[in-house]
Amino acid sequence: MSGLNAWINKRFPLDKMMKEHVTEYYASKNLNIWYAFGVLALVLFVNQIVTGIFLTMNYKPSAAEAFASVEYIMRDVEWGWLIRYMHSTGASLFFVVIYLHMFRGMMYGSYKAPRELVWIVGMVIYLILMAEAFFGYLLPWGQMSYWGANVITELFGAVPVIGNDIVELVRGDYVISDVTLNRFFAFHVIALPLVLALLVVVHILALHEVGSNNPDGIEIKENKDANGNPVDGITFSPYFTSKDAVITIGFLIIFAAIVFFAPTFGGLFLEPANFEPANNLKTPEHIAPVWYFTPFYAILRAIPSKGLGALLMGVAILLLFLLPWLDRAQVKSIKYRGIYYKGALALFVISFVVLGYLGLQAPTPMATLMAQIFTAIYFLFFLAMPWYTKWDKNKPVPERVTFDH
Amino acid sequence: MLKISKLRLVSLFCLMLAVPSMAFAAGGSTYMLKAKNDLNNTESLQRGAKYYVNYCAGCHSAKYVRYSRVGADLNISDDELVNNLMFNASKPFETMQASMSSEDALRWFGAAPPDLSLISRSRNPDWLYTYLKSFYKDSSRPLGSNNILLPGASMPNVFWDIQGEQAPIYHDVEVAGTDESGNKVMRTVQEFSHFATVTPGSLEPKEFDLVVRDIVNFLDYIGEPVKVKRKKMGVWVILYLLILFGFAYFLKKEIWKDVH
Repeated sequence: MSGLNAWINKRFPLDKMMKEHVTEYYASKNLNIWYAFGVLALVLFVNQIVTGIFLTMNYKPSAAEAFASVEYIMRDVEWGWLIRYMHSTGASLFFVVIYLHMFRGMMYGSYKAPRELVWIVGMVIYLILMAEAFFGYLLPWGQMSYWGANVITELFGAVPVIGNDIVELVRGDYVISDVTLNRFFAFHVIALPLVLALLVVVHILALHEVGSNNPDGIEIKENKDANGNPVDGITFSPYFTSKDAVITIGFLIIFAAIVFFAPTFGGLFLEPANFEPANNLKTPEHIAPVWYFTPFYAILRAIPSKGLGALLMGVAILLLFLLPWLDRAQVKSIKYRGIYYKGALALFVISFVVLGYLGLQAPTPMATLMAQIFTAIYFLFFLAMPWYTKWDKNKPVPERVTFDH
Repeated sequence: MLKISKLRLVSLFCLMLAVPSMAFAAGGSTYMLKAKNDLNNTESLQRGAKYYVNYCAGCHSAKYVRYSRVGADLNISDDELVNNLMFNASKPFETMQASMSSEDALRWFGAAPPDLSLISRSRNPDWLYTYLKSFYKDSSRPLGSNNILLPGASMPNVFWDIQGEQAPIYHDVEVAGTDESGNKVMRTVQEFSHFATVTPGSLEPKEFDLVVRDIVNFLDYIGEPVKVKRKKMGVWVILYLLILFGFAYFLKKEIWKDVH
């Protein structure tokens, strides 16, 4: 065994990588449960890839056969229903986990120097993930797949002059058709997963270069012992591998509860209208994207002009990229921040959740007004950030991380 | 410190839930009966299969459903399937097709009857139960019947002989609206209240409700044949994960005991 190990290590830095990223990667000992969502995202990524491969074995990417092939998977393929529910539940939970992962970053200032690039790469992953989910949602070829894709691709028509040409380019046709389904399938099963896998590696490498943040927002590398290891740091393995295992199994219990007892999650994860095959002659009563897009969809609908709405929707996502530079506070963690940032973050979370709710509902004048108010709050969180973070009365940050055990 | 932040999180969460519900508490009238069907009741499902073949399968297909699967799940032997349920199929592995051709359907009803494989998932059992009980005589419609839940439905009342004939009774309700010049006014509109029997059917109303319930139960079953099995399996999966969680937790505690 040791002979083989030596043989490999002469040719490939196996031990070196293992040390650098697992057995001798130091992270702060006070990382709480918020720090597990990265690992959970990785678990879900693997779940989506594996279940996706098995779905692809029986799915038919053609307008004539797609819907029936999904039902074939649900009824005739051995364990097909389980694989499909794991994939559909995994998609929704992926966004739950990613949103909580991003919120963790905002709560503890993880995007601030020196982790700006970790944040930026993470945001690109989020963008690609949204595209991946959007392409995947067309594949069952249900009513909501079809009309949802119709509404979203139409948004490109808001681009001046060449808008309609872009719509045609994306669809590959004048309408959503068999051609569109085929190219969305290609993007969903190979193009975007490849990019995602690559970006996940870049995200983790960038993180391990600067080291993980912690709930105190203190750089543990600035306080090292005689051996050159952070005093407040413990190695990723076995400490965090064992802790993450507990949290992952806990998460799997929630995951299994949804898969086995509520796979449609009351129509949020699998919408009722999507159990009806796509019909280009019959518009559903109410078209809404899946829940994870609805905060941005509500922003789009809140603006009376389609072009401006689409623009603001894009800006709403792009503003997140700028957080490292919008935030002028000297401290990272919410623990030591003043009341302004705490209040602003609370308002931001409320506006995100309310917009998400409004995006699911049919528009009424009252709902539109609410969406406009919360869209304003959403944007103010970012646009006013340079000032309220500068004026905030932050508390002094201690020398060492807080750890009570 | 930790307790306060947890309390804050909880109150924040409650506020987030409360804001939208406060703003949109006003809802319209909802006429919906409860199906109260039970997928664990195999006898009800067997009766439902029989009624389905008699009342639905003439016009509607359930093209993703195989007779053999129905037989295996509902304890119906192949002989019983062939003799009692398969009026337009010869081999049990065949799927449930409609007897009527779609060309005839278009000509006779103006719309092809929808496939019923997934109707309990695109609608829901309560909706189906209410719909099937809400037909009434309406001479203005081409087939002489209409439906309260789905006005203008192309489907006639297939239960006319066992249900009898019923008529909707309306009552007046006040709703807020605006007139042409945009002023707020109260308007009186008629809203459905309940049905009154015109001529009784061959079944007592309670017996008829059971027939509809059995059919809805069968439709619920074919919408997702694995539903009962999946829930049973889920209990074991979660039990297994809970035990695994216990082991992982104590392992973690053991590993972490030297961290101070």
